[in-house]
This record gives sequence, structure tokens and C-alpha cells, in this order.
Amino acid sequence: MPRKRDVSSDDVGIEIDGDLSDSDDGATQRRTNRRQAAGRGGARARGRGKKPASEDEDEDDEEDEAPRGRRGANKKKPAKKRGGGDDDDSEDEAPKRKRGGAANKKKGGKAQDSDDEDSDAGKGKKGKKGGKKGGKDEEEDSKGKKGDSKGKDKGKDKDNDKKKKKKKDDSSSDSNSNSDEEEESMSEGEMARLMEEVEEKKKLIATIRNKPWRMKRRLTHLKEAQQFVDKFEGALGKGKGRKWYAYKVMMTKKWIKFQRDFENFRTACIPWERKIKEVESHFGSSVASYFIFLRWMYGMNLVLFGFTFGLVVIPEVLMGLPYGSIPRKTVPRAEQATAQDYSVLMDFNGYCKYSVLFYGFYNNQRTIGLLKFRLPLSYLMVGIGTFGYSLMVVIRTMAKNADVGGGDGDEGEFTFAWKMFTSWDYLIGNSETADNKYASITTSFKESIVDEQENQKDENIHLRRFLRLLANVLITCSLGGSGYLIYFVVKRSQEFASRDDLSWYEKNELEIIMSLLGLVCPPLFETIAELEDYHPRIALKWQLGRIFALFLGNLYTFLFALFDEVNTKLEEEESIKNASIWAMKEYYANYTRLLNDTESTPPPMDPSDVIRGPCWETAVGVEFVKLTVSDIQVSYLTILIGDFARAVIVRFLNYCWCWDLEAGFPSYGEFDISGNVLGLVFNQGMIWMGAFYAPGLVGINVLRLLSSMYYQCWAVMATNVPHERVFKASKSNNFYMGLLLLILFLSLLPVVYTIMTLPPSFDCGPFSGKPKMFDVIMETIELDLPAFLGTLFSYAANPGLIIPAVLLMVLAIYYLNSVSEAYQNSNMELKKKMQMARDEEKNRRNNTDSTNQVMKDLEDLLPNRSLAPPAPPEPEKGPEQEAKPTKMKPGSAGKGVNLQKDVALASPNPNVRGPVNRAPGPRGPGGMPGPGPGPGPGPGRGRGRGRGRGPPPR
Amino acid sequence: MGNKQTIFTDEQLDAYQDCTFFTRKEILRLHGRYHELAPHLVPMDYTKDPDCKLPLALIVNMPELKENPFRNRIVESFSEDGMGNLSFNEFVDMFSVLSEMAPRELKAIYAFKIYDFNVDNYLCKEDLEKTLNKLTKEELTPEEVELVCQKAIEEADLDGDNKLSFADFENMITRAPDFLSTFHIRI
Repeated sequence: MPRKRDVSSDDVGIEIDGDLSDSDDGATQRRTNRRQAAGRGGARARGRGKKPASEDEDEDDEEDEAPRGRRGANKKKPAKKRGGGDDDDSEDEAPKRKRGGAANKKKGGKAQDSDDEDSDAGKGKKGKKGGKKGGKDEEEDSKGKKGDSKGKDKGKDKDNDKKKKKKKDDSSSDSNSNSDEEEESMSEGEMARLMEEVEEKKKLIATIRNKPWRMKRRLTHLKEAQQFVDKFEGALGKGKGRKWYAYKVMMTKKWIKFQRDFENFRTACIPWERKIKEVESHFGSSVASYFIFLRWMYGMNLVLFGFTFGLVVIPEVLMGLPYGSIPRKTVPRAEQATAQDYSVLMDFNGYCKYSVLFYGFYNNQRTIGLLKFRLPLSYLMVGIGTFGYSLMVVIRTMAKNADVGGGDGDEGEFTFAWKMFTSWDYLIGNSETADNKYASITTSFKESIVDEQENQKDENIHLRRFLRLLANVLITCSLGGSGYLIYFVVKRSQEFASRDDLSWYEKNELEIIMSLLGLVCPPLFETIAELEDYHPRIALKWQLGRIFALFLGNLYTFLFALFDEVNTKLEEEESIKNASIWAMKEYYANYTRLLNDTESTPPPMDPSDVIRGPCWETAVGVEFVKLTVSDIQVSYLTILIGDFARAVIVRFLNYCWCWDLEAGFPSYGEFDISGNVLGLVFNQGMIWMGAFYAPGLVGINVLRLLSSMYYQCWAVMATNVPHERVFKASKSNNFYMGLLLLILFLSLLPVVYTIMTLPPSFDCGPFSGKPKMFDVIMETIELDLPAFLGTLFSYAANPGLIIPAVLLMVLAIYYLNSVSEAYQNSNMELKKKMQMARDEEKNRRNNTDSTNQVMKDLEDLLPNRSLAPPAPPEPEKGPEQEAKPTKMKPGSAGKGVNLQKDVALASPNPNVRGPVNRAPGPRGPGGMPGPGPGPGPGPGRGRGRGRGRGPPPR
Repeated sequence: MGNKQTIFTDEQLDAYQDCTFFTRKEILRLHGRYHELAPHLVPMDYTKDPDCKLPLALIVNMPELKENPFRNRIVESFSEDGMGNLSFNEFVDMFSVLSEMAPRELKAIYAFKIYDFNVDNYLCKEDLEKTLNKLTKEELTPEEVELVCQKAIEEADLDGDNKLSFADFENMITRAPDFLSTFHIRI
């Protein structure tokens, strides 16, 4: 029963809501039915004398709920009242009921009209309910009739109010008399209903902070709701339930608090949030986006570091053979003299080269230590896992960012409005920052204005297009030129490699050309990009892409040189391998010959004396580490000299210089976003490529990122000035991520190539002695896993299985791609529809928001001038309030045309009633609870609506 | 709260906690801040609900608000008399709405009120001009201001009455990506 009731009350909500449309027929009918059935049921009333009154109130509640219902799910009706002894509440309801009453009336009229249509259907269904309603129905009916007669001219609020007053009196007296019996004879249904009300109260308590009410009103409501809950939940739970309920409440509270604390803790855990915010407030989100990217990188590298050190380096240090035990872990005798020299160590030779930092140090023992840790397997897995994890993280982040980016897809729709209302950051509390913010807002407005004007003019679009084309041609030319130059130089250097008589220039030609290109090209590109006249954000992307392409040449030459070196080392190794074996044999032969004793086993050769191969893996690792370290040095020095020294000079020489250094030529440096981002990206590429050969590289990189976070934050704050055009970074920095992904892919190729095809060195590293590195997996499958798994793997590795799998993946990609396209299309469609709906709504909006709860709350929040010492007149307020009630009726009429007229008719009213609004008198205790007779509706409906709900007058 | 004297009863604190987005500690700190503004006016004992209001001039000078171009409007919007005199309740209310936890809908309502300079429940051109001038320290030319205001109204006005009603404003602001991140004050 209560369930049904609930449903019907919802319907009522919709009914009023949908007054305009014809779609509410069903609801109207339902109501009609109920009323009809009630009439019938009155005859066979079951003698539950006290019922009608409470039922009556319920009816009111439903009416009250109506306007609120439209507020949506989160704004639940705050105060549902129960007959028994909750006078405060019912008083409090007064203003609301008034409104409800009005609606009711209207409905009454309407209902009567449609009475005949469908009275039969509901009889059976509602009969029972009707039975209880006997007494009330008479009133309701009469009211309905009255409403019918009067309903059509809406201006007569007087009647409604009278009625309401009457009703209210009835209900309050009834409830008083009934309150005693109430508790004893609670039926199941009532219990459930009560429970629901309590639930609703609780919901109110939970959401009260979300209500746009004044604090005083909120506190009052809260108190009422709490009292109500306290009063009734005990009755519901019958002792035990109360305890359980209290426990539940407590737990919910605790849980919420825990969540809050956890959330705070989580935000507090995000490192450098404040630092980045500070940078952002001074330099705009574009510079901050670099630091955010840097932080993200740091997080990712930290995980890689954890893997590498946790699964490779630390096990080796703890359980592996110590230094000096075998040849690969010992410095060769020839190098021992200089092994500890600073310059040698700085080149990562000597002791550095024969340490856990590099590939060569690891032994090919299958298991080490007591735990039988399979180090070679772990080494390979970590090497591959590094790439797997990085790929996964990069792609996931990109997807997530794309998701975020999708949200503001309709950017441009509200450019100016958003700029105006959301650009000021209320967090700014520093005057310098505030000044910057003012400047940046002004700039951004100017930018948008220029854009807008350009949009409107659009005259030199052809020139612009031509210039852009020209710029791209120029840049393509210079990229092609530099690419050819690099190619040429690399070829030449190969020639030089075979010669001995080289001048200094010829020896270093490659490096010199590369650094010259890196020095000249980016500014050149920037200059050319001026032609294009893009928005700086887009310009940054272009710039990034172009410099990236340029640097790919760098990468290419580097890898080229590296593979050259590896190949020569591999050749060298063949011969040394033979020599080494031969030397070993000779040593044993000599030993036996010298001692003349074939029985005794000779002591092993001193590890430092063993002839060993070049160990190309370690050489590659050293190369990468050297490169990374020199990169760190160069970038730090650049900041120190290019930014810091410049800033110092500009700042202090300015006092004694002929022109203004700060505003004139050198001025302060700007933060070079594209250079820094690309530096970071390429550095990460180095790490990915080198990590397999030098596990220690990841650790170095973590240190680098950590220090550069602080160093660059300091440098940017201390020495740089904001960009001339402070621009907003794009929401998703997916462009950076895209570059990173590309680099990741590029660096994946050489590593995978070496793992799959090149033979590992015969005497160093965890894979020594095996023809290929990945044989360690085969070995594990064969030796450690049960036999059937081995066969399973061999099946899985079968081309017959792999090719279909690849095909399947391709198909899946195709399918997903088309699905996403379809979604995109439907997205566009929906957007269009939304736009259309918005357009359609334009006219209707005026009408429908009349009962909008938010508007009421908003009005309620208007300053109450009567509280201020001087009360200046506020003429605007009147029309708004008065327009509301009138708007309801045109709704029922269902014609937009009438509406306009009604509004026009209503508008004179405020002027008449204006003064009444302001005077506190009529709103006094007499006025409120029973809405006053004659002129009452004015204040009652106006501001009094809210205030009346606040402190209950009685 | 306990050792010196009671500022609030436990019930009061619980009620405040239910009504705002603050924890007990934060509410006490807020009271501290409120008290700090005018130590001789604000009592340390709020258990009896004393009637005490601080004028706008005092509140606006808080470091959190000092730099805000809309500080006067913020305070005025939250004061019941519209003149900027805030009781402690309203003071708490203000920072609760501006806290990070407050939902978008609630913030939208108060943002609307803040930007509604002439308190007529509509953002008309006049309001927008004031907003813009405050945002840019009047560095735009009148023509630019005119253009921006015109565009802003064009963008957001749904019912074509050349001013923004709350519905228009809400519709616009709920899509704004930065609204939640910028419309809050940490205290």
C-alpha cells in the first residue's frame, strides 16, 4: 500500500510538472480515479475513524511534493509530515502547502473535467484506499468543485488561501487529537510509510549541506529532521532496531569521514602539487603542463625503478657471487691501475663498469642464493616488462586524457561566458599572482576578441593559407636538408673510421654537425612559424612535432653508430673467444707441465687475468649512461648559464647600462616549453633503450627527474618571465604522450632486435653461453614447468596459431575502430539534437521554470533588505515573484500564446503589492501560519515562502 | 575545543558539520578566523547563539579574499541583509559553499548571485560589464567590453531576452571545465 502511494505521489509530481503537455493524461486519470473511488469507498468505510485526517495530510504532502519533485532526484522533499504530534513540521509546511493547494485546486478542476473518461478502470484498484479516505474526500471534492468553478481565473488566490487555511486548521486539530492513538495502532503499512518518511528525513539530513539555503534555515531544518528521526526511528525499530540503526548511522558517519580523510590524504600525497600550482599561477598552465608531465614521468620511472632494483639489482647484490669471484665481476689486470681514477670512473669505466650497474656483471648461473632466484629469467622478464608496463601506462593515460578531452568537446560554445565566469581563480591570495592573473585574463580576452574579430572578418584567409603553406614548405625543406646533412656526415664518418690521419674537426665532425643543427634549427623553425600565425597552443604543437622530427635524425645517427660498434665487437668477440679458450687450455697445460703432476687439479686462474671478450652489451650500456649523464649536465648548465646568469646580468647591470636591459634586448628568458618537453621525451627514450644493458640507468634517471623537478621549479620562478602570450595548455596533454609513445616504440625496436637476433657475449651477462637471449625462457619452460605446459607453449608458438591470432587482433581492431566511429557519429547526432532541443526550449523555458525550486531558493537568498538598517526599494524583485503563480495557469491552458498575455497581466501586480513585500508586518506570526485573508497571498507567496519555512512561528 | 572554554556545544558542532562541508576542526578554525577579525566583537562562546555580525570591510580584508576582484560581491551575496554584514552562520556558509567539497549545483547558484551585481536575479549586460572590468582591471577598451559582453550573452542566453537568467547561467556553467577548480577558496 505505501508503495503504491509513493508511486502515485510521484505521478503527481509529474503531473504538475507536465501541465503544459497532454502527456499527463494518465496521471490525471489516476487522480480522478482515486477521487472517484474514494467517493465509493466512503460508503463502505471500515470505521477507522482517525484515518481520514491523516490521510488528508498525506494528500497535502503529495501535493507539496509536486513542485519539488521536478528538482530532480537529489533534491528530495525535505519535510514530509506525519499526523502524529509533529506540529512544528506541519506549521512549517504551511507556505509550501499553499502552493500545493493552488495546484491541487487547479487539478481539482481539471480532474472533474475528465471525470467521466476513465472512472471504471481505477475502481478496483483504488477502492481500498478510497475506503480510508471517506471523510477527506468530501472536502476534497468540494474543493475540487470550487476549484473547478474558480480555477479558470487564476488571479483569485484568495479562495485558495482560504481553503488552505481551513484545511490546515482541520489537519492540525486532527493531528492533535490523533497523535495519542497513533503510536499504538500502527499497521504494517503505516510502519512502512513512517519508515519511508524517516528515510527521507535522513536523506534530508545527509543532503542538507547541498541545499542553497541560508544557514539559519538549514540549521532549523536540520534540527527538525533530526528530531523527527529521533522520535520515530525508535518507534519503528522497537528498541533493538534503534540500536542497530544508531550503529548504522554512526558507521555511515565514520565512513564518510574516513572517505573525506582518505581523499585529503590522497591529494596530500600527490607530490609537488603546490610547487606546480605556484608555477602555474605565474607562468600559466602551459608551463605547468611541462611540470605535470615531468611529475608523471617521475611516477612512471619510479615504478620501473622498483621493478629493476627489486627483481634484478638487489637480488644480485644480496645473493649473487661477490665482486672478484669470477672474471666478469673483476676489473682486468691491465685496467686495475687506473680503475679508481676519477676521470675513469666519470667515464663509467674501471670499477663502475664492473658493477651491478651494467649488464656484464651478472652471472649466468640459473638460480642464485637459497631462494633459488632465477636471475637470468628475471633479468629478461624485467627488461621486457619495462616496455610492457611503459606501453600500458602511456596508452592508459592517453585514453584517460582523451576521455577528459572529450568532455570539453563543445569548446567554443561558451568561450566568452566561460572566460568571464570561470577564469578568475578564487584560490589566488597573493597580490603578485593576482596581478599576473589579471594580466593573463586580459590577454586571453584580447586573444579571444582578436579571434572573434577575425572570425567575423575572415578577409585575408587566403593570405593566411598561403603563408602557412609557405611555412610548411620551408620547414620541410630545412628538415630534409638537415636529414641529408646527417646522412652525409654519418657516411663520411664511416669513411674516416678506417683512416688514422684525422684532424680534430674530422674526428668530431658528427657531433659538431649534430649540435649545430640542434642549436640552429629550433629557433629557425620558430621564426618560420611566425608566418603561420597560429594560436600559441597550436604553434607549440607544430614546433614540438618539427623539432621532434629533427631530433629523430640525432637518434638515427646515434643508433647507427652504436650498431656499428656492436657489429665490430661481435666480430672481435669471435676471435677473442677462441683465444680465451686457448689461453685457458694453455694455462692448464702449463700448470700440469710445470708441476709434473697430472693428478692434481690446478687452482683456477686468477679472474683478473682471464682473457675476456669485449662484452658489447656493457659497452652499449656505458654509452647510454654516458649520454644520459652528459645530457643532464648540459641541460643543467644551460639553465644555469642561459637563464640564471642572464637573469643576474640583466637584473644588476641594468643599473649602469645605456639601454633598458629588462625591457630591451636581452631581457629575461622565457621558459622553453617545447625544448624541455622534447628533452624529457628523448631522455626517456634513452632510458628505455639503455635500461636493458644498464639496470642502473633507471636509478640515475629517477635521481635526474627528482632533482630537475626542484631545480627547474626554482629556475623558472627565479629567472624566467611569463610568456608574452600566456596561453592555456590543452586539457589533455596527449600530444606529449603521443610523442612519448612514438619514442617508446622507436626505442623498443633496437632492444627487441638485440634480444631476438644478436647472440649474447660468451663471457659476460646473465645470458652468456646461450645462442640467443630468449633461450632462457625456453630453458625455464623445459626445466621448471611441467611437461604439458611445455607442449602447450610449443603449440602456442606455432605459426599456425600465431597467424590466426594476429588476424583476429586485426579484425578486433577494425571492429573496435568502426564501433568507436559509430559512437562518435551518434555523439555528434546527440549533440545536434541537444542543440535543437535547446533552441526549442528557448521559448518554453520562461514558462516551465515557474515552479522551479532552484529559482525559489534563489529568490529566497535575495538579501533581505528589511534586516538592513536602511531599506532601499527594490522594484525588480516584485515582478519575478508575482509572475510565478500566474505562470502556472497558462501551463494548464497549454498555450504559449496565452502565457505572454498572462505575464503581461501579472506584471502590474508587483507595483501594487511591492510595499507589502518589504514590510515585515504581514509576515508576522499572525500572517504566516494561516495565510492571511485578503491581501495575504502577496507576501506569503513572495519572500515569505522561504522565511515561513524557516522558523516555525508556532 | 575543550581545554580553555567551550565555543560550541557538541550538538552545534554536529549541526554545523551536517550543514556544511567542514569537519569539526575546520569549523573551530573558522570560528578562530572569524574571531580574529574582530576580537572585541566576536564572543568566544557561541553556545547561546549570540547575535553578532561583522561588517563587510572587515571580512573583505581576509587574505583569502583580499585579492579577489569579487570580494565585495561574495560577502554581500552571503549576507542576509545584502549589505555585507555577516553573522558567523553566514560566514561559515560562505566558506562552505566555496569549499572544494561543495557540489557544482550549489556553487552555480552562489556564483550566479555573486555575478548578479544589481541583485535582480538576472545577469544583464550591466552586470557582465562590471564583471569584466573587475576581471581585467578595466584594461579593455569600451568597444572590446561591449563586444565581449555581447558575445557572452549571445552564447549563453537561451530565451533570447538579452540577459542571463539562472537557467541560462546554470546551463552554461555546468559545462565549464574550470568552474569547479576555480570557484573555490581554501581556508
